[in-house]
Amino acid sequence: MTRRNRIPFIIIINIFALAILVVVPLDKGVLGKKGMRLGLDLQGGTHLVYRADFSSLEPGTEAEALDGAIAVIEKRVNVLGVTEPVIQQLGEDRIVVELAGISEIEKAKNIIGQTALLEFGELTEEGEEAKWVDELGEWKPTTAEINGEELELSSRYFKENTYVSQDNFGQVVLAFEWNEIGSQMFEDITTRLLNQQLGIFLGDEPLRGDDGIPIAPVIQSVISDKGIIEGLSLGEATELSKLLNAGRIPVPLTPIYEQTVSPILGSDFVDMSLRAGIIGLIMILIFMMVYYRLPGALASAALLFYAFSVLAIFKAVPVTLTLAGIGGFVLSIGMAVDANILIFERMKEELRLGRTLGAAIESGFKRAWPAIRDSNITTFIVCAILYWLGSSIIASAPVMGFAATLAIGVAVSMFSAVIVTRTFLRILAGSRLAQKTSLFSGYSGRGND
Amino acid sequence: MTDIVGKRFWFFVAAGALILFCIISLGRFGLKPGIELSSGSLLTVNFEQTVNEADLKQELANLGYSGAIVQATGEGGFLIRTSELTSQAKTELESGLASRFGLVTEAEFYSVSPMVASETARNAGIAIGIASIGILLYVTWAFRKMPHPFRYGTCAIIALGHDALVALGTFSILGGVLGWEINLMFITGILAVLGYSINNTVVVFDRIRENLILGISGDFETVVNRSLVETLSRSLNTSLTTLLVVLALLFFIGTTIQNFAVVLLIGIIAGTFSSICIAPNLLIVWERGEWGRIFKRTSKPAIKANTQ
Repeated sequence: MTRRNRIPFIIIINIFALAILVVVPLDKGVLGKKGMRLGLDLQGGTHLVYRADFSSLEPGTEAEALDGAIAVIEKRVNVLGVTEPVIQQLGEDRIVVELAGISEIEKAKNIIGQTALLEFGELTEEGEEAKWVDELGEWKPTTAEINGEELELSSRYFKENTYVSQDNFGQVVLAFEWNEIGSQMFEDITTRLLNQQLGIFLGDEPLRGDDGIPIAPVIQSVISDKGIIEGLSLGEATELSKLLNAGRIPVPLTPIYEQTVSPILGSDFVDMSLRAGIIGLIMILIFMMVYYRLPGALASAALLFYAFSVLAIFKAVPVTLTLAGIGGFVLSIGMAVDANILIFERMKEELRLGRTLGAAIESGFKRAWPAIRDSNITTFIVCAILYWLGSSIIASAPVMGFAATLAIGVAVSMFSAVIVTRTFLRILAGSRLAQKTSLFSGYSGRGND
Repeated sequence: MTDIVGKRFWFFVAAGALILFCIISLGRFGLKPGIELSSGSLLTVNFEQTVNEADLKQELANLGYSGAIVQATGEGGFLIRTSELTSQAKTELESGLASRFGLVTEAEFYSVSPMVASETARNAGIAIGIASIGILLYVTWAFRKMPHPFRYGTCAIIALGHDALVALGTFSILGGVLGWEINLMFITGILAVLGYSINNTVVVFDRIRENLILGISGDFETVVNRSLVETLSRSLNTSLTTLLVVLALLFFIGTTIQNFAVVLLIGIIAGTFSSICIAPNLLIVWERGEWGRIFKRTSKPAIKANTQ
């Protein structure tokens, strides 16, 4: 091995070793990096997009309302304990929520979309319209007059400091405090409805206790500043308390996009794409070695270098892998050999013209380069456009993932063909194997075909 | 030396017939846009017990979804496509199915509103347009030192148009016969095919440029033919290796990226044909001013070409 080849060779071997060290094992972190980052479709999860309806707001308060909505959703998602949730504004009136790796997706969606408003009701009298009906009777919202305005009593007038505790008998209680307006209203109402039932409702449904019976305590004294709700299970009370403290979403949100993948399906996709990649790679290695002989074997080594380097980049950056992204990577394996094929075909031509192996290698690389460069640029153009398309639409992950993995793949493949394969070939040209041109051209014995 | 350019008339006839066939098929079947481009909901469910597709359709009709499209996924699961479902409607649908067929698990749910779908469709169209213009400009620029660089760009774009039409035509048949839809992965695949196919064409054009500069022959046809023959095994081998991985994607990943894999499969085959048989031959036609004549005086170019 000449000195000129030794340094690149050592560098290549080191990069290769580093790449393997970073990549293996795929699901664990090495060198301070986390495992391969998987998109929602591969680890399971949900991608939701909501559109805010600003029509009921005062002009000029839209941005504030949207920020408020995002803040509330963040608090609610924290209740779920999802790791690394994404909650972002998208455009002027949209909110994206991405929750990865959770199994109770329906529950998550319900919690995000919850009205989280407790309303209080009193039983209707003859001829009055009911808002809620349950086994205890027909209910209407209970109201009080504040400064000449008739207001409905609800958790809107709670302070955001509710908590759950247990009373002297071991019963779970959800304790809350009224704000100033709430205190006045509650005092009026408890005076008016003394010894009557007060119904509690969450959305369209009565709030039911642990035993399934609607919670409707009898008012036993005039109360103003605070209250408790008894009868909920510990879990329900805790969740409700957190939701109440998180506040209300200040603007109506309509879901406009949803993609939900179960974690089981996601892990199936990972297995399938791993298999597709490995089998595709093996088929290419076989083809290259059969068709191009010794250079083919070197290209195969370069291809393995390529595959590990790209995976190491994916893991280190990190690139979020989606199914489409893996498709782009697998496709780039097929395209990565293109540069090698261009070079080898050139080398064969040069060998046929009667050049020595060393000269054929050098001129093969030199003359193949413009074609490699020009043809890969078109792929980069398309990747850039795909990336733009992905960023401009809501279902962005698959398109952007594909563009990113394909672009990284093509860039690394140029490096691996031009630097890695060339170094390997140069080393080989200086060895005794170089005497047998049949190993290079695929033409038996006749170097000058 | 193999004569490729001499057979250009037959290549044009074959490509013309193929394109005509695809256009007729597009006219006859049209394309079926998926929910990403036309809105709606797609629910993938798995049943604990074996469920018959006809029974499932019947039950969906009973639940008020007579327009639902049902497709078996292979492992006892089904794709159910409906109009856009609200969260509540979906819960009702699932509990309806559960009461008829037993335990139902939801593997995937995808729902797109009309607003989002029309944005996606519009931007996908823009992306394909920009990609075509970008490629035309790039190829023109890359061959700027040649006489008539714009011709190289235009011939490359015509070849790309051929590839895109063949892919669209194939999908109109697949849509008409098997109910396949055009989704975002299809659009991604079409753009990938544009990039891939132009890649092949550029390699051939590159060799034409090199051979013209070397001055191997005064006759443009001879130069083109020699360039084609020299790059032939590279073109075929590269397409083959790419097809190998595409087939691996098709067989091992299956339904979810089926559209993507199939459009690549068709596009790579069409692209290989067009970059060898269409784009370089169009250059010759243009160079020799045969535009008006290729379909009138059919025999002449075929004889003339083989002068070596």
